[in-house]
Order: sequence, then C-alpha cells, then structure tokens
Amino acid sequence: MFRRFLIRRVLLGVVVLWLVTLGTFFMFFVAPGDPARTLAGRQATPEQVDLIRRDLGLDRPILVQYGDYMGRLLHGDLGKSYFNGESVGKLVAADLPPTMSLVLGGAVLWFLVGVSAGVLSATRARSLLDRAMTFLALAGVSMPTFVIGLLLLYLLFFQLTKAGLPIFPPDSYVDLSENPAEWARHLILPWITLATVQAATYLRLTRGSMLDVLGEDYIRTARAKGVPERRVIVRHGLRSALTPVVSQLGVDVGTLIGGVVVTESVFGLGGVGQAVVQAFVSSDLPVIMGVVLITAAAVVVANLLVDVAYAFLDARVRLA
Amino acid sequence: MTLTEIRPEAVPDKVIAGRSPWALAWARIRTDKVALLSAVVVVLLLLLAAAAPLIAQWSGHGPDDQFRDIGITDQGLPVPPNGTFWFGTDRLGRDLFIRVLYGARVSLTVGVLSTGLAAMLGVAVGLLAGFYGGVVDTLLSRLMDVVLSFPYLIFAIAVVSIAGPSLTATVGVISFYSWAAIARIVRGQTLSIKEREYVEAARSLGAGDARIMFVDILPNLLAPVIVLVTLLVPAAIVFESTLSYLGLGIVPPTPSWGNLLSEAQGFYRVAWWYLTFPAGTLLLATLAFNLLGDGIRDAIDPRTERLFSRRRGIRRRRGGKSGSDDRQGGQGGEARRGGEEPSGRMNTMEG
Repeated sequence: MFRRFLIRRVLLGVVVLWLVTLGTFFMFFVAPGDPARTLAGRQATPEQVDLIRRDLGLDRPILVQYGDYMGRLLHGDLGKSYFNGESVGKLVAADLPPTMSLVLGGAVLWFLVGVSAGVLSATRARSLLDRAMTFLALAGVSMPTFVIGLLLLYLLFFQLTKAGLPIFPPDSYVDLSENPAEWARHLILPWITLATVQAATYLRLTRGSMLDVLGEDYIRTARAKGVPERRVIVRHGLRSALTPVVSQLGVDVGTLIGGVVVTESVFGLGGVGQAVVQAFVSSDLPVIMGVVLITAAAVVVANLLVDVAYAFLDARVRLA
Repeated sequence: MTLTEIRPEAVPDKVIAGRSPWALAWARIRTDKVALLSAVVVVLLLLLAAAAPLIAQWSGHGPDDQFRDIGITDQGLPVPPNGTFWFGTDRLGRDLFIRVLYGARVSLTVGVLSTGLAAMLGVAVGLLAGFYGGVVDTLLSRLMDVVLSFPYLIFAIAVVSIAGPSLTATVGVISFYSWAAIARIVRGQTLSIKEREYVEAARSLGAGDARIMFVDILPNLLAPVIVLVTLLVPAAIVFESTLSYLGLGIVPPTPSWGNLLSEAQGFYRVAWWYLTFPAGTLLLATLAFNLLGDGIRDAIDPRTERLFSRRRGIRRRRGGKSGSDDRQGGQGGEARRGGEEPSGRMNTMEG
C-alpha cells in the first residue's frame, strides 16, 4: 500500500514539473520581445539578428524547439544566460550558498520562536499574553517583508552605528568558509527579518494545532492520572501538535530555497532571489525560467518528502 | 411552579423574536469595539482615497507637482513634515501626504479588485469541484494544491518579465495568487451542503445543476467567503507593495504605497518621514482589514475564536469551517492543511 502511495505521489510530482516546463516554454513564445533582437543590441544589422536567431534555434518550428528544450532539460541543461552566456545551472549554483544560509538559519529561528510562542499562547489561551502574541502575529503578516527589513536596518544598523555601536553591518554576504563569525554577523538581521514574517504563521499554526490537541480525551486522561502539567504539554500535547507544523516547515524551506527574493534584495545578499530580480531588470529570460524550474522542483520534492514523512508519523493518514 | 407560569402567555414582557443569522451576526459585531474601530478606519481610508483629488486641489499640491523651491532643502534633500507639507516631501520635492493619498487609491483598488476577481474565480471553481466531485474534483483540487504551494514571487517575476509591469499585470498576478484559498474553502462547504435535504428537495422539484449551485448552495457559502475576502484584501495590499518594491508592480510616477516605499528606501538615513508615513498608512490599512476580518469571522461563526474577545470559556473546536469533509483527505496535502485557518498561509509573503 505504501509503495502505491509513493508511486502515485511521485507521478503527480512529475506531472506538475512537466506542466511547469510547458508553462515556462510557452512563456518564452508569447513573450512580446524578440530575444534575438535583445541579445544583438541596438546597432545590430538584420543579418546579425538573423544569425543569432538561427544560433538560438528560434527559426525552427515550435514543436522542434519544444523537443530540443525538453531534451536539454532532461540532460540537466537549463540554458544559457542572455546576458553573459554562462550556463543557468552554474549561475544558480553559485548563488545558492547565501540563499541556503539565509533560509536554513532563518528556519531555525522562526521555528523556535513561532512554536514556543504558539505553545505559550495556546496554554494560556485568552490571557493577556495570548492576545499580545496573537496581535504581534497579526502585525507581522500585516507588514511587507521589506518594511520589516528596512526598519531593522534603520534601528539596528543605522541608529546603533550612529551611536558608536557598529554591531551589525549594513549588508552584503560573507562566505561561511571564509569567516564563520562574520558570516553569522552579516546574516543576523536578514535572519530576524525572515523569521519575523514566518514566525507569525508558525505561531498561528502551532497555537491552533495545540488547542486542538489539548482538547483531546487522552490529554484529560494524562492529567487525571497525575502527569505533571509541563509533561502533559510537552510530551503528550506538543508531540502530536507538531506534526502539521513540521510539514509546513518542510514546504516552506523548499519554497524559500527557490528564492528569498525580498530579504535578499533588502540586505544585498546576492542569492538566487536577487539573481532573479537582476535577471528581470536585464530581461534575462533563461535565468528567470531556470529559477522557476528549479524552484518548482524544490517545492515538488519538499512536498513529496513531507507527505511521506507525514504518512510515517501519523498513523491516521489514510494512504490513498 | 404553577401551570400559569410556564404557559407562554405568562411571559408577557419579553418577546422572543426569531432572528436571522445575519441579524445575529450584526448584533454581535455591533458590540465588538475592535471590529467597529477597524471598520471606521477602513471607511475613513476609502473616503480619503476617494477624496484625494479634492484634497490635492484644496491644498494646491498636485500628486506630481515638484516644489523645487520650498520642497527641497539646499542640499537637495527632502523637507521634513511642516505646516505646508504634512508628511514632508519626497526626493523630487513632491508633497508626500498627497502622494500617500493617491497611493491609497491605487493600493486599495488593487487590493479590492484582485480579491474580487479571486473571489469570483475561487467560488466558481470551488462550487464545480465540490458539486460534481469525481474526476472534476480531483483535477481541480490538485490544481489548487499546486497553486497554493507554488512560490508566488518567482512566478510573479516570470509573468511580469514577459507581460511588463502594469496595474493589470499586478491585479492578475495577485488574483491568481488568491483564488485557490477561496476555492478550497468553497469546495469543502459545497461538499457538505449538497448533501442537505433542501438540496434534495430542490432537485426533486426539478431544479437543474446550475440553479442548485447558484441559488441553493451559493447563498450558504457567503459567510466564509466574506470572511476570507476581508482577510485577503490586506494580503493583496501587502503583495502589491512587495511587487512594486521590486519594480514589478505599479510603475512610477503613478504612486502606490509599494513604490513610495521603494523610492523611500534610499533615504531612510536622512529622511525618516519618507519611509514612516507610507509604511504607517499601509500598516494601518492592513491591520484594520485583518482585525475587521477577524471580527466578522467571530460574528458570523462564534465557534471560532479570535483576538480581544471578551466572551470567555467557550470551548473551541476547530475544523467546522475548512476542509472538514475531504473525502480523499488522507493525501497529505489536504490532510495537512485541513485544520489550518483560512488565512493562515495566504497572508504570508515570502521573505
């Protein structure tokens, strides 16, 4: 049964990915701009444009081009950047370290903060603390990420530096292998920014899930037989309440690897997300489409892993 | 206790009136100070946005007028708030107050329009999926799953890089981002409503599929849809500002809250007002919509709980609202999100 479930899920993932490739391919075609002309530059003669067009294979029938495109994708070739001719795969790979550092570090932070706040909120439901935290969570989702980032930059970088306490650097990224301490120092503000936005969701999710679980009969049983409250909450409550939260974590990390566009842009970290924005500015379609594909793949894989983990963790999930 | 006492006529003063669910909801929301205050803020912002041209005329500052003499300091920097420029000026010496008001027109239009479109699409898809079930349902539900799990900003960048940034592209991208959440809720509700006796009665009276869907089922879906729409509007406003911040949304000189903030980011060290006022207005709007949505949800469905409610001790059980009757609910995706608040994931823009 489990194997059937797994096969179905994998097939679904493949179908989704195929749809995405179809989408990206047709986006190339409906694109109003002519890539060859863009690439050739303003002063190019029609002959030069034609040459480039032939070079890119843009003069051939659509179906042939689609076949080529899929063939290249299956060989792991995501195309070349219009801008500097480098392979998209290589470009993205080079941009991964800052993105991974940002997302993974941020994930640890938002998970810890979100879950503990959610548990506190749920165990003291309707208290002042609960309301304060729910309100903060609401404020968190009411504010655009870049505003939070700019606010942190203003308060913690600009004002502190002005006051003679240059604890936080303005922006840029330092590689982990170069200097771990600087790496962390440069990432603290981005981590907080990302975590503020995400923790709000996790607070709500944990709180809801926790309240559900705490209403279950077995919690009452545990209390009745004299299990200490702390243990009831952590061992009996949190353990099962965490399942949906952990699933969400898997999906979110998968999604964000594809580009933490805003946080990277605000802090100039130069990851995948910022690369996409730059590609947009220079109309570098292959890079954008390449990142879309990689992101889609990351999301599909993350969803798959989460579903499988879910089926393992929660016996109540029926495998269909 | 004598017999006269328990006869209905024996209770002459208090008439127990039958009240419709809407009347009940209205009665509840009327006592909810936070929701009322939020409603006032929303209405006020809408009025200010509508009156922006009048205010501009009255102050003599058009949205694009550059006051190079009094609106810019000798160093070429924006002027702080004063009697002439209530919110200060921007980098070109334009009146920031007027620009924030004009920005409200664009941002609120985008928020309301894209949510409206999303609601129409979401209700239609959700009704179809829930009503017909089977293959239709499986296909549409998978589509919702894909849309809900897709990283939106990347998708938006891809679309805008081809279509070019514009108001239409912004609204399109945001509606496409929002409809699936509505469709999911509508589908779940439709699944349970279509089994009710009155639907059967309608069918036996000869009502067709379309009539049953739109006349018999749809009105019963209004409550959750209204709640979700109120919560999606602020999400759309935040989304617009993010798109515009990245240069993918509303293109200057047309002001929107997003592109005002985008312009302001280079000036946060020298002109605090430049970032503060647009950000503050945006936060006021999104918070008001979110709190109002929470209030409406509480009024329509008292079982759910929310912020600042004075009614204590209500035992709360979830799952009445979303995806409670997923028939193939075992498949991770749906089971996972089944218990989530309608707004839970939607409001979060990626980092």
